Amino acid sequence: MLKLPIFMDYHSTTPVDPRVLEAMLPYFTQKFGNAASKNHSFGWEAEEAVNKAREQVAQLISCHPKEVVFTSGATESDNLALKGVASMYREKGNHIITAVTEHKAILDTAKRLEKEGFKVTYLPVKPDGLIDLELLKSSITDQTILISIMMANNEIGVIQPIAEIGQIAKERGILFHTDAAQAVGKIPVNVEAMGIDLMSFSGHKMYGPKGIGGLYVRRKNPRVRLLPMMDGGGHERGMRSGTLNVPMIVGLGEACEISGKEMIQEGLRLTQMRKKLQDHIMGELDEVYLNGHPENRLPQNLNMSFAYVEGESLLMGLKEIALSSGSACTTATLEPSYVLRALGVGSDLAHSSLRFGLGRFTTDEEIEYVGKKVVEAVNRLREMSPLYEMAKEGIDLKSVQWTEH
Amino acid sequence: MSYSKKVIDHYNNPRNMGSLDKADKEVGTGVVGAPECGDVMKLQLKISGGIIEDARFKTFGCGSAIASSSLATEWVKGKTLDEAFQIKNTEIVNELSLPPVKIHCSVLAEDAIKAAIADYKKKNDIA
Ligand SMILES: Cc1ncc(COP(=O)(O)O)c(C=O)c1O
Ligand code: FES
Repeated sequence: MLKLPIFMDYHSTTPVDPRVLEAMLPYFTQKFGNAASKNHSFGWEAEEAVNKAREQVAQLISCHPKEVVFTSGATESDNLALKGVASMYREKGNHIITAVTEHKAILDTAKRLEKEGFKVTYLPVKPDGLIDLELLKSSITDQTILISIMMANNEIGVIQPIAEIGQIAKERGILFHTDAAQAVGKIPVNVEAMGIDLMSFSGHKMYGPKGIGGLYVRRKNPRVRLLPMMDGGGHERGMRSGTLNVPMIVGLGEACEISGKEMIQEGLRLTQMRKKLQDHIMGELDEVYLNGHPENRLPQNLNMSFAYVEGESLLMGLKEIALSSGSACTTATLEPSYVLRALGVGSDLAHSSLRFGLGRFTTDEEIEYVGKKVVEAVNRLREMSPLYEMAKEGIDLKSVQWTEH
Repeated sequence: MSYSKKVIDHYNNPRNMGSLDKADKEVGTGVVGAPECGDVMKLQLKISGGIIEDARFKTFGCGSAIASSSLATEWVKGKTLDEAFQIKNTEIVNELSLPPVKIHCSVLAEDAIKAAIADYKKKNDIA
């Protein structure tokens, strides 16, 4: 039975997997100890739980458990990575390279560092959303201390050539950070094979709880050092002080273990579903454009623009389906998606985009229903659209003198 | 964004959605906005003996823009050109309970009425 409303916005967040919740529960009331209490069983029990979680995380990303620093989420991890490296390696250089399609947690942190005197290069992306590796190489200077490129994009799902970037960084002796909030738990990640020195991830993007995440910080070849943002009890190898949030950490660990076991199956299943949704919509509507690389993307992500209809009004017609749009009308700033703009998607098509985020609990029935509703809503709004009418009359919309306001 | 009941009603049941013959001398057409801004409104008025007899709209834009133009077509019908010219976007804002970020959608509707009247006057050499 189809249950409404349908959640198809899994990039924004995910529900906690019931198995994850189950694992967490004892750590609120019975096993409530402070993992830093070394003198009694309550503390030992908590520490043991944290150690187990650290191993579960390490297992998923192929690192040593000691290289995992727990934080409040990917935003904090991004801040810690960029600011921590920038302050620690300032003597070595003042240049950082990132990309224009990064999450705000990276872009705004980079802007802050610019105010403090750092130089930041924001690499453009190609029309498929991927960075140009040659451009990356030529952007490196003898002042470059850090490259930060996200693994998978939160809007268009494209997966950057991380191993290649890691290789380039290694050859030039530059640290490499990746914001993998959308990737960890969804696609295979191996920090060793990919040459990653620092990596941000987040619990609530992989069926774990909100408010917990982590930063992978390499211990050897090279040993990465960070200036902490939080001073205090010296937790997490001194990089992030503060009493560990044991139940959340247990949840994150469990979420990692489940993802590790189910990722391949889940990825195949969601790729199939996504293809079905895409084929359904594109089979019934003309002038629909896929945003982002067609294959190099998360199985969970479909992002499309529907020419001549505006995204917010489209969402309004799909009110029993939770989706998001790159339309300016959905934001307070009235700017369309900067990610889509960076791909060279025209503002008109950026306004017309929808992001479908599939996830662990998406069903075939839901895919069927969403496809049908989208087709209906787009057709209805095109009937209402003066642009569609003009295009059908053969008017070139680019040649029209519009009244900008 | 949560919408007022009236915006939702206009979105679900748009009034006077469609087109009139733009070659007709009695029809004034106003197209305002730009695709890059995410909103384009087309408003058409059919005018006979100085009275707006009929009106039609088509809108590319958010729900509030659709509702503003739908409401505008209802309001202009039966009015003289001068009366229609007096319709203020603030009246649309009040009627539809639009939040501040959506005020520009109502401005567009006011502009569309004025543009349609201007087009009619130009077509018929009325100063
Ligand atoms: C790519 C990316 N980075 C960072 C974040 C922020 O993560 P968190 O909510 O854990 O702070 C998100 C989530 O919106 C994201 O998608
Ligand atoms: S048309 Fe964009 S906010 Fe109304």
